[in-house]
Amino acid sequence: MTALRTKGTGERMKPRNVSRAAGALIAVAATALVVVSIIPAAASAGRANGGLTPPEAGAPVATSVGKGEGKLNLIAWEGYAQPQWVKPFTAATGCKVNTKYAGSSSEMVSLMANGGGGQYDLVSASGDADLRLIYAGDVRPVNISLIPSWKNFQSFLQSPSFNTIGGKHYGVSFEFGPNVLLYSTKTFKTAPTSWSVLYNKKYSGQITVPDNPIQIADAALYLSKTDPKLGISDPYELTQPQFNATVALLKQEHPLVKKYWDLASQEISLFQSGTTVVGAAWPYQTNTLVADKVAVAETIPSEGATGWADTWMLATKAPDPNCAYKWMQWMTTPQIQAEDAISFGETPGNKLACPIMDKLQKGSCEAYHANEPSSYFQSIKFWKTPLATCDNGKNDCVPFQDWVTAWTSIIG
Amino acid sequence: MSTTAIREDRSGKGMARVSAALWRRAWLRATLTLTPPLAWFLVIYIASLLLMLVTAFWTVNPFTNVLEHSWTLANFNQLFSSPYPTIILRTVEMAAIVTVTDAVIALPFAYYMARVASPRARRLLFTAVLLPLWASYLARVYAWIVILQKGGTLSWTTSKLGLGAVNIGYTNTAMWVVFSYIWLPFMIVPLYGALERIPDSLLEASGDLGARAWRTFRTVVLPLALPGIIAGSIFTFSLTLGDFITPLLVGGASAQFIGNVIYSNIGTANNLPFAATLALVPIAIMVIYLLGARALGAFESL
Amino acid sequence: MEGRATRIGLRIWVVAVLLFLFVPIAIIFLYAFNSSNVQAWPIQGLSTKWLTVAWKDPQVHAALWLSVRAGLFATAVAMALGSAAAFGVHRFRFFGREGVSLLLVLPLALPGIITGIALNSAFQYVGVNLSLLTIVIGHATFCIVVVYNNVLARLRRVSGSLYEASADLGAHGFFTFRTITLPTLSTAIISGALLAFALSFDEVIVTTFTAGAQNTLPLWIFGAIRLGQQLPEVNVVVGFVLLLTVIPVAIAARLTGGGGVTRASVAPPRRERGAAVDVPASAEFEPAGL
Repeated sequence: MTALRTKGTGERMKPRNVSRAAGALIAVAATALVVVSIIPAAASAGRANGGLTPPEAGAPVATSVGKGEGKLNLIAWEGYAQPQWVKPFTAATGCKVNTKYAGSSSEMVSLMANGGGGQYDLVSASGDADLRLIYAGDVRPVNISLIPSWKNFQSFLQSPSFNTIGGKHYGVSFEFGPNVLLYSTKTFKTAPTSWSVLYNKKYSGQITVPDNPIQIADAALYLSKTDPKLGISDPYELTQPQFNATVALLKQEHPLVKKYWDLASQEISLFQSGTTVVGAAWPYQTNTLVADKVAVAETIPSEGATGWADTWMLATKAPDPNCAYKWMQWMTTPQIQAEDAISFGETPGNKLACPIMDKLQKGSCEAYHANEPSSYFQSIKFWKTPLATCDNGKNDCVPFQDWVTAWTSIIG
Repeated sequence: MSTTAIREDRSGKGMARVSAALWRRAWLRATLTLTPPLAWFLVIYIASLLLMLVTAFWTVNPFTNVLEHSWTLANFNQLFSSPYPTIILRTVEMAAIVTVTDAVIALPFAYYMARVASPRARRLLFTAVLLPLWASYLARVYAWIVILQKGGTLSWTTSKLGLGAVNIGYTNTAMWVVFSYIWLPFMIVPLYGALERIPDSLLEASGDLGARAWRTFRTVVLPLALPGIIAGSIFTFSLTLGDFITPLLVGGASAQFIGNVIYSNIGTANNLPFAATLALVPIAIMVIYLLGARALGAFESL
Repeated sequence: MEGRATRIGLRIWVVAVLLFLFVPIAIIFLYAFNSSNVQAWPIQGLSTKWLTVAWKDPQVHAALWLSVRAGLFATAVAMALGSAAAFGVHRFRFFGREGVSLLLVLPLALPGIITGIALNSAFQYVGVNLSLLTIVIGHATFCIVVVYNNVLARLRRVSGSLYEASADLGAHGFFTFRTITLPTLSTAIISGALLAFALSFDEVIVTTFTAGAQNTLPLWIFGAIRLGQQLPEVNVVVGFVLLLTVIPVAIAARLTGGGGVTRASVAPPRRERGAAVDVPASAEFEPAGL
């Protein structure tokens, strides 16, 4: 800002010198700055540190569901708050629903910081977010007896280890799905039988996998079957050598991958344009592509699959707990479970949803595995947060933070 | 405004007194005028920036996600180890290439707008340049996916023209095209401003002195347009430096930019200290860039 | 001045750039009528059903309305603070004066994600819940510089003799401000405000970090893009907003620089001094009577 030149009076305003004012201003501002910058040392997002007991384990649970507060704020996956079931919910309970969509579990964890910030009531967290939320004290236990449909849930979804700790339920399981192998039926005349196609140079530049550090578990699952001497039993609990071997495999895969997809719609685009012919996906992508007459199909290879199970979790500082309970009750009823399953392409937790699904869309019960025996469910390795403490009592497993760092170096 | 109107103004002796008092005390006027905006900036913006940057020297407990106020340089060690230097370099390279591309595309366009077009054409062109900014950034980037993907509009067009299929979807080339497209209006507007201010007399004088059109352009127009180019480059450079949406939507498998890594450290890892450390890089780059731009007179053209 | 060949070459270039700018817009409009959810090329079928879907969607209404409100509030704050800052810098000399422009441009010059994260942590730390207020704070912060630049540019170009004459005629400061200064600056403030509104309306990165449970229009679009089931609806909404803004943008263009009051008719003093660095701003609409 060069000084203004004047050529004759009146042509330009001469700026007034006001050093005293400047002095005052600067002094005030500087003090404010200094004060504000030093205070953080005193306060922080401070909460009791986690240790091995969830901070909110002792929080009181509701004994009954009162009158609705009139509104409900959700953090949810896209498609979890469709007008199809939100409108009747609002009509029945008077709770107006506001939804904040999040693209990943980690975003959900981030949004739920500080107990939901006093803003959010419920979050539809997937298994890999649940433990982080629980141990950060951002979610609190719910009274499962207030959710009548829970009795009709698949047994393994009633109290799974990713949302039930010490007998306390930090939310209610909702629906779940496997991560499948999506392939183009033009390229593969028969379904591939192994995840090895994702690591096969033959399909270089035509492969896509999710951009999510939890993908390391998929590679670990593959290695657990193809390289048994590594001794991987749980793909989420990896010792350092096991972890290193998995990361090495993924780095080998990197040059073959066309794109690491972040959004479901990206993978849909990739397959529909023929850019990729094989990849890891959710059933949601398969359904959307098939509905659009794109020649694809999905399968679960012989090594098995990882999966995700979503839980509606209650925020510690939920401003509308009654509406929150009403939502949990609503979303677990057979009718809504069926509607959501078909809409999103996932499997309902409520056993009674199957016949309703077939009524809504013939064959959907089988298409989304809602009628499969329990053994199918047991074969899926559901997402959970990798912690340093392995279930076997030792403390040498690689924690999620390192998974994130490693993932950044894998995708380069 | 007639003088009688002024004399008849009844807004009162009170106002006149206050006005006179302020006139005599320039420092008071200055304080009243400057404190609101500067206070806003210092207290809201600068303070929160500093608050965030201070955490670069702290760590976060990986188990509980609670910030630990122990001063350490661990984050910086991590910053300088692979793959972060590659990512930073990749981002800066793309920002530079995009800036040069936009400058090259914008210059003839802005020159036409400023010096050749009729006033009506100028208005139309100006509207045409600003209009795309109103069609959501996200929607425009998403449209490019359709254009650039395998079998997309571009490929279809080149095939029809007999040039064979062109498949540049999800590559660095795709990102370069989309970035250049999105920031182009931000380069055109300041450049137009700078070019439009060049007086005809200078160009005529140059001609009178015997310079041909190209020489005049090179030695008279370009140097005078430079502040405009630099002003525009502030936007193209910094916007590319921090963007994570375009690499996410349009980039390929090695498309992590500084913005993506910051975003994933905030979103995925809840690792605010490391995200803050990463954030220091574009801040440092841009502050240096801004100081240089100011020295070159670009702030007049913003 | 320029040769005929140059003119033709320039014209071709301009047309090519316009095509470059508008082909994606054309794609947006085309795919608003896509019958399928997936954006395949060539387009698989046409349908107008998305127009009704978008028209009736309450989430779209809420998002649009929130964006408009946030834009209006942020623009109002930016107008007040930006003009004040421009006045202060123009009229007074003080320690740190050179740095003010640098300071104000920082929110635009630094990547949005940094501003977003910084504000988000600050709000969390202070304990302010994310809401329309925090969105407005975020937007206003980077909108201020836009108004500031426009107003400062205008202030520098307007002759100071007007104010002195007004004082000579007996008007006190506030009167002069109301009747002389404001009208002179009005178009600069308005064009700055329009640009500020545009920036706020389309902003997504900072808003991601400063919005609570609400969606502005860009946040809604981002959500819809994630799901991939409503893409044509997104295109309908974007196309609709674009059509609505053609007129305001044309007005803004007229006010800012396409105004036509340039080389032919403008007063010499500005020109004779050459492109001196102390006379910024593209040709702006000169107040009548000068």
